[in-house]
Amino acid sequence: MKTHRISVMLCGGTGCIASGSMKLRDAMVEEINKRGLQDEVSVVLTGCNGFCAQGPVMTIYPEDIFYQKVAVSDIPLIVEEHFMKGRPVEKLFYKEPAKKQTIPLMREIPFFSLQVLRALRNKGMIDAEKIEEYIARDGYQAAAKAITRMTPEEIIDVMTKSGLRGRGGAGFPTGRKWEESYRVQDDQKYILCNGDEGDPGAFMDRSIMEGDPHVVLEGMIIGAKAIGATKGYIYVRAEYPLAVHRLQVAINQARERGLLGNNIFGTDFCFDIEIYQGAGAFVCGESTALMTSIEGKRGMPRTRPPQSAHKGLWQKPTVLNNVETYANVPLIILNGPDWFRNLGTEKSTGTKVFALSGAINNIGLIEVPMGIPLRQIIYDIGGGVPKGRKFKAVQLGGPSGGCIPEALLDTPVTFEDIEKTGAIVGSGGLVVMNDLNCMVSVAKFFLEFTADESCGKCTPCRVGTTVMLDKLIDITEGRGKPGDIELIQSLSYDIINTSLCGLGQSAPNPVLTTIQYFRDEYESHINEKWCKTGVCRDLCTFYIDEQKCIGCGACARACPQKAITGEKKKPHKLDQKLCIQCRACYETCKFDSVKIGPRSMREELMMEEEKELASEEPQTVETV
Amino acid sequence: MPKLNVEDLIKIKESYKAVFTLREGGYRAKITVHMGTCGIAAGARTVMEALIDEIHKQGASDVIASASGCAGLCSKEPMATVEIVGEAPVKYGQLDAEKIKKIFKEHVLNGSPVQEYALAAGCESSY
Repeated sequence: MKTHRISVMLCGGTGCIASGSMKLRDAMVEEINKRGLQDEVSVVLTGCNGFCAQGPVMTIYPEDIFYQKVAVSDIPLIVEEHFMKGRPVEKLFYKEPAKKQTIPLMREIPFFSLQVLRALRNKGMIDAEKIEEYIARDGYQAAAKAITRMTPEEIIDVMTKSGLRGRGGAGFPTGRKWEESYRVQDDQKYILCNGDEGDPGAFMDRSIMEGDPHVVLEGMIIGAKAIGATKGYIYVRAEYPLAVHRLQVAINQARERGLLGNNIFGTDFCFDIEIYQGAGAFVCGESTALMTSIEGKRGMPRTRPPQSAHKGLWQKPTVLNNVETYANVPLIILNGPDWFRNLGTEKSTGTKVFALSGAINNIGLIEVPMGIPLRQIIYDIGGGVPKGRKFKAVQLGGPSGGCIPEALLDTPVTFEDIEKTGAIVGSGGLVVMNDLNCMVSVAKFFLEFTADESCGKCTPCRVGTTVMLDKLIDITEGRGKPGDIELIQSLSYDIINTSLCGLGQSAPNPVLTTIQYFRDEYESHINEKWCKTGVCRDLCTFYIDEQKCIGCGACARACPQKAITGEKKKPHKLDQKLCIQCRACYETCKFDSVKIGPRSMREELMMEEEKELASEEPQTVETV
Repeated sequence: MPKLNVEDLIKIKESYKAVFTLREGGYRAKITVHMGTCGIAAGARTVMEALIDEIHKQGASDVIASASGCAGLCSKEPMATVEIVGEAPVKYGQLDAEKIKKIFKEHVLNGSPVQEYALAAGCESSY
C-alpha cells in the first residue's frame, strides 16, 4: 500500500452526491494527476459526513481541515495552494453564522465538536466500499469475539445489561427481544434489519447503510449468533439506491471473505444475508407488515399475538431490529455494557442519531448522548433558527410524533421524557419550525401523509384519518365550526384505541400535540377566521401598517402581483384586489410593518379603497 | 479469496495503520516540508518525494509527511521541520533528497537530530 501525505475524505452521501461530489472527485483526481501528486494524495469517497446543508463537503487529513460548498472551479486552487504549498484555502472554510468567524478545523466546528459518535463512528473516516477499511477500524472484531468466544446467553446478557433500546421508534429493549426469540425452539429462525426509513425529513438509517454498510452486517451476524438464526434479510426501500448498492457490495465482500456463509471463523456457525427491496410504503416499516411484504404479499400488519419472536417471517421465530440499533451492537460487544451505559440516562442509555431539518441553521445528521436537552441540540449543535426568525416548535418522531413548544425545550431527549410531552423520540427526525409556520397546517401536512399511507386494513385508521383530514382542511379553508376541536380529539382517541398497528395508533399524535400546545391557533382559525401566520390563504388579510412603514420598497419588489405601491421613504399601500396572499411581503419586511389581519378585514379594506378611488376620480377627469 | 480468520483481521488492521494514522491522528512524528514558492523553486518537491518514498520503504506507519507554506527563511530553502511528539521541533535547511533521507533515518527513526543540517529548534504553526 502506498504511503500518502494527504487524505481527501470527500463526502459521498446522497446529499453531497446530489450537489455534485462525483464531479468533484473526477476533477480532483485529474488535477492531482496533472500536478504529479497521485502518489502523495489519496482521494476517498466516504459515507455521509452529516453536515449536509453545507455540501458538497470534504475533510483534509492530517490537518482535519473542513471545506464546504466546494465547486469544481475550486479544485485547482485547493490542489495548488493547500496540497502543493500547504496553505489551506480560507474561502472554503466553515463560517459560523452567529459570530461570523471562520473555523478551519472540523473538530472545532460546534456542529461536530458537541457530538459523540458511536453508531456513526466510521462516518467520513472510511471508504464505504472497502471492507479492509472497515476492518482497520476494528470492524468484525466483535463478530469474531461473539462467534468464537461467546455463548448466545452471554451475548444476550451483555445486550440486556447495556440497556440498548430499539432505535427505530418504539424503544423496545434489544436484549429482551433477542432473549425471547432465543428461547423459542425451532429448526429455522430469521433475523431482519428494518431499513424502511419512511418519516419525512429522516435520513439516519440511510446514512448508516450508505456510509458504513458493514456495521449493519456485523450487528446482524452477532444477533444471528445470539438467537440461532441462519438467515437474515435487510429490508430497504428501493428509493434508497445508493444504500442498496453499498449494502450489496458489502454483502459480496463479506461472503468472499467468509464472514457470511458457512462455517464463519472456522466454527460451525453458518449465516447469510439477503437484501429485500421494499416499494416504499410507510406501513412496511411496521414489523408484521414488513414481514408480510418479504413473504411476497401486500404489506399489511397482522394481529399480535403471536409475537414475531414466536411466529414471524414465514411463521418462524424472527427478530427485527432497526439499522441504527445494529450499528450499536458491535461496540457493545467489544467494549462491554458498562462502557455503553456511561452515556445517556438510566433508562435511555447510549447515544441517538438525529436528522436535523427545517428552520435551523445547521441542517444535517448528528449523534448525541441520550438525555441531552432539546435546546442544546437546536441551539448549540443546530446553530439556532436562521434569518432572525423566532423558534416556534420542534417536531419529533415524524408522522407518529408530535410538536414540542418553546416552553418544553429543556426536556431531556430520552424515551420517557419525550413521551411525556406527547411526542416520541421515534427514529430521529427532528424538524424545527419557526414563527412562519401555521400549526394547523403542520398537523394537516402530517395527516395528509398518514391518511395517504394507511394500508386500509382497519376502518378506524382508513376512514378516521380521512375524516380528520377533511376536518382540518375545513378549518384551514374557513369552514371550521365550534366543536370541531373536540370532535377531532375524540376521533383521535378512537383511532388510537382501535387500530391494529403503530401507524394508526400514532397517526393522530401530530394533531393532538398541536391542539395541546397551540390550541389558540385552532381557535382563531375557527372562531375569527384568522390564520395569524398567513399560511392559510383564505383566513388572512395582508396590509401595511402606515405608522411603521418607512418606505424602503422591499415588499413592493418582492410582490409578484405588483400589489404594493408607494413613493420612496413614504408609507406604502397594498391593493387588496390584487393581493393573492402569497406572504412574500410579510417575509421580506424587516420593519414589522406588513401585518396579517383576519379574513374579514379584506372586504373592509376593499371598501375603503373603493371610497378613496371614488373621491379621487373627479380630479383625474379634470387633469385629462 | 481465502476465508478470514480472527488473526487475519488483526493483520489487515496493521496493514492499514499508515492510512489511519493520517486520518485519525495519533502519529509519533510529523515532518513538514516547506513548500512556499521559494521552497518549490529551490527543490522542495524532490525533497518531499524522497521523504515519502523513505517513509514508505521503512514502513514507518506512525510517521506522517506534511506540507506548509514558506518558512520565511527563503535563502535556506528547501527546508523541513521535524516534530517528534513530546520533543522540541527541529528545523533543517538547504536540503536535498539525500539529506532528508539521512535526517529521516537518524532523527526520526533513531532519535538523534542531524546537527550539520539543523538550523534551529522551534516551528511556526499552520492550523
